[in-house]
Amino acid sequence: MFAYYLELAFRSLRRSRALTALMILAVALGIGASMTTLTVLHVLSGDPLPERSGSIYMPRMDPRDLSHAEDTKLPVQVTWIDGMRLLKDRRADRQALMVGGTVPVQSDDQAMDPFIEHARYTTADFFPMFAVPFRYGQPWSDAEDESRAHVAVIGADLNARLFGGTNSVGRTIRANGADLRIIGVLDVWRPVPHFYDIYTGSFSGSEGVFVPLSTARALEMGRDGGISCWGEGSTAENEMERASCTWLQYWVQLDSAAHLEAYRRYLDGYAHEQAALGRFQRPQHPEVTGLLAFLEEQKVVPSDVRLQVWLALGFFVVCLVNTVGLMLAKFMRRAGEVGVRRALGASRRSVFAQLLTEAGLIGVAGGVGGLILAWAGLALVRRQPDAFARLAHLDLAMLVATLLLSVIATLIAGLLPAWRACSITPALQLKSQ
Amino acid sequence: MQILPILAALRRHKAGTILIALQIALTLAIVCNALFIVHERVERANRPTGMNESNLIAVQNRYVGAPSTYLPIIRTDIQAIRAMPGVEDAYVTNTYPLRRGGWSLTARTAPDATKGGAQTALYFGDEHTLKTLGVQLIAGRNFTASEVGSFERQESPSPPQVIVTKTLADKLFPNGDALGKVIYYRGGKPSTIIGIVAKLTVPWVDMDFMDSVTIMPLTFNDGGQSFMIRTKPGQQDAVFKSVPKVLFDVNRMRVLPEKYGIRTFETVRANAYEADRGMAILMSVVCGVLLAITAAGIVGLSSFWVGQRRKQIGVRRALGAKRSDILSYFMTENFLIALAGVVVGTMLALGLSQWMFTHFEMKRLSFTYVMVGVVALLGLGQAAVFAPALRASRVSPVEATRSV
Repeated sequence: MFAYYLELAFRSLRRSRALTALMILAVALGIGASMTTLTVLHVLSGDPLPERSGSIYMPRMDPRDLSHAEDTKLPVQVTWIDGMRLLKDRRADRQALMVGGTVPVQSDDQAMDPFIEHARYTTADFFPMFAVPFRYGQPWSDAEDESRAHVAVIGADLNARLFGGTNSVGRTIRANGADLRIIGVLDVWRPVPHFYDIYTGSFSGSEGVFVPLSTARALEMGRDGGISCWGEGSTAENEMERASCTWLQYWVQLDSAAHLEAYRRYLDGYAHEQAALGRFQRPQHPEVTGLLAFLEEQKVVPSDVRLQVWLALGFFVVCLVNTVGLMLAKFMRRAGEVGVRRALGASRRSVFAQLLTEAGLIGVAGGVGGLILAWAGLALVRRQPDAFARLAHLDLAMLVATLLLSVIATLIAGLLPAWRACSITPALQLKSQ
Repeated sequence: MQILPILAALRRHKAGTILIALQIALTLAIVCNALFIVHERVERANRPTGMNESNLIAVQNRYVGAPSTYLPIIRTDIQAIRAMPGVEDAYVTNTYPLRRGGWSLTARTAPDATKGGAQTALYFGDEHTLKTLGVQLIAGRNFTASEVGSFERQESPSPPQVIVTKTLADKLFPNGDALGKVIYYRGGKPSTIIGIVAKLTVPWVDMDFMDSVTIMPLTFNDGGQSFMIRTKPGQQDAVFKSVPKVLFDVNRMRVLPEKYGIRTFETVRANAYEADRGMAILMSVVCGVLLAITAAGIVGLSSFWVGQRRKQIGVRRALGAKRSDILSYFMTENFLIALAGVVVGTMLALGLSQWMFTHFEMKRLSFTYVMVGVVALLGLGQAAVFAPALRASRVSPVEATRSV
């Protein structure tokens, strides 16, 4: 029966080509715009560490003085003094203190022109804590952090650029004029958003050079990112270890609720101890913020992207209303045919089913058109220079969702026209013929 | 005009009427809000910086290697640039308007005050800065060559003389007597305001202290520098092309980043407002497509109605109605539907604007946009219905005797 309805639908759609094309185009445009924007939103609001995010936390406290008392939000970075103390106390399952920067890089092949590369200066736990995949070699150890060893881990892209993707462990790179021995090469790793340091670009890629924090400080490597000072805090580079400024990111891994609770108590104790010493002047309400809650709080997804999604959905609704109107015109024009079929014994239900099949067919065609438009739309988005735009791809889930959404939306749009058409009294139609 | 009979007839095809009106209402709501966003973004992307932006080139340079001091290299570079044919003037700085990255701190009127300061962006420069940027000095004087100094990474910048923008001067000294007064940046050392410029914006595009800038006669002894170059009229392209060669001939130990190494100021501006321009283009396209879809929908439904009513039209014609009567019937019918649509649409548009105001920190829609949208949609409806109405007016009176 369905096959017969499908054939009827095909014929009917072929009969008024302009109207059919208009309906399909409207559905396709609505679907295409919605799916393009939704895909971008989906990519941007993703979980950067799907297997880990539940156990990654940012300890936060308020080391500031009373001069900006109106700002009650907890800082998202720590001072060197606090970061080092928390790091050395080792109360979490894993912990890492870090800051971003940029360095001029050269390979040991002197013929190559130097270029600028994003770097991260961090401590040993960074790699196991964020489950960073290695292709060759391994991360450095705590001992290398301590001894300010001249070692580096490099990213997959940098390895390809400098060494043609071969195993470069044991070779050296010149970063900021210093020779560093490569001890590890990462596999492709691109957490989105760039959660561990939102100041160096929320959607920038992962860094190319990783250097022990102590080494980078000793070698005076260029530091980037947010910095916030109070009191006598100065941004003078050689003061940074003592300055009353927050400029480092500190993350911990806590594997169970019990560890989380224990860490909360520890951090509370630390903050109140610092307050008692007079270092912290404000009332202390330290917090251990989960990774996903942190992304939510920081509004990492640009509001323009959300606005675009709403706009596209509004656009889709207009397209659907338009389709309802056109379908109504189309179905009502066939009142005569429906009358004859009803008079010949077709039940109201079967006429309804047949008209809905036609609507569904428009939905499928519109969905396919929408997919093509979304694909083209995303290709356009990827040409944008924004750092995040390159990430926007249609995955299988979005593909299926697009088709389903299109068919379901068009079926709903077809309900009113189909119901109106099949509630025509057959006798009235036959008489007027 | 027979409005009452039209309304009576419309009651017979309620569904179609409501659908067209609804579509017009939704389109109006979206289009006037979208156009408002376009207007806001375009206005933002055209905000002046206070500089003469034509014939200006920005070079972002990073030295490689670790010399004990960068100052002689920087000086050699800037002299080589000034000696280029086609170059009017040039200077070296840390940052410039629309670069989206820089240095800001609080300027205060007393050395130990904790309150009452003003946030300001810092631009390092020398006696060539004002001429290169083309900013207008409205009080005081320019720096002299002997006043230009340097500072190290471990020092806080606080030279004896500074030039500030009028906005900053007025914020610190509301009486308008800022010239010659002493202010304090970090470190407690006094700086005297020797000049005031009319306007110069900070390096960022979203700040609450947009026009609050200090120019300091200092060179930052650091591996990362920006060169600002003013070219003679008509020489911009030639200078743009030859800058890298001149710089690399002076010294190979440098990096000019691929995308941001050398930019004309037009490019700097375009890059800074890329997202806004993208949003404006997107919104315009959406408006265009929405209007087209709405027009197509009106054409489709009106054609259907004309087809459905051929017999009635024939009867009216046979009873003496002129072609123009039929034409005006359909035009009026559409006008009434569109009118209902824009009334509902105006309310929707204002509601939508209110919602965006609370959720997206946007300004409230100005009523002009709603009026423009209303006129546009009424016009669009009339244009869309014209072809079907014309076809209706050509229905011959003979149709009255035919069956459907």
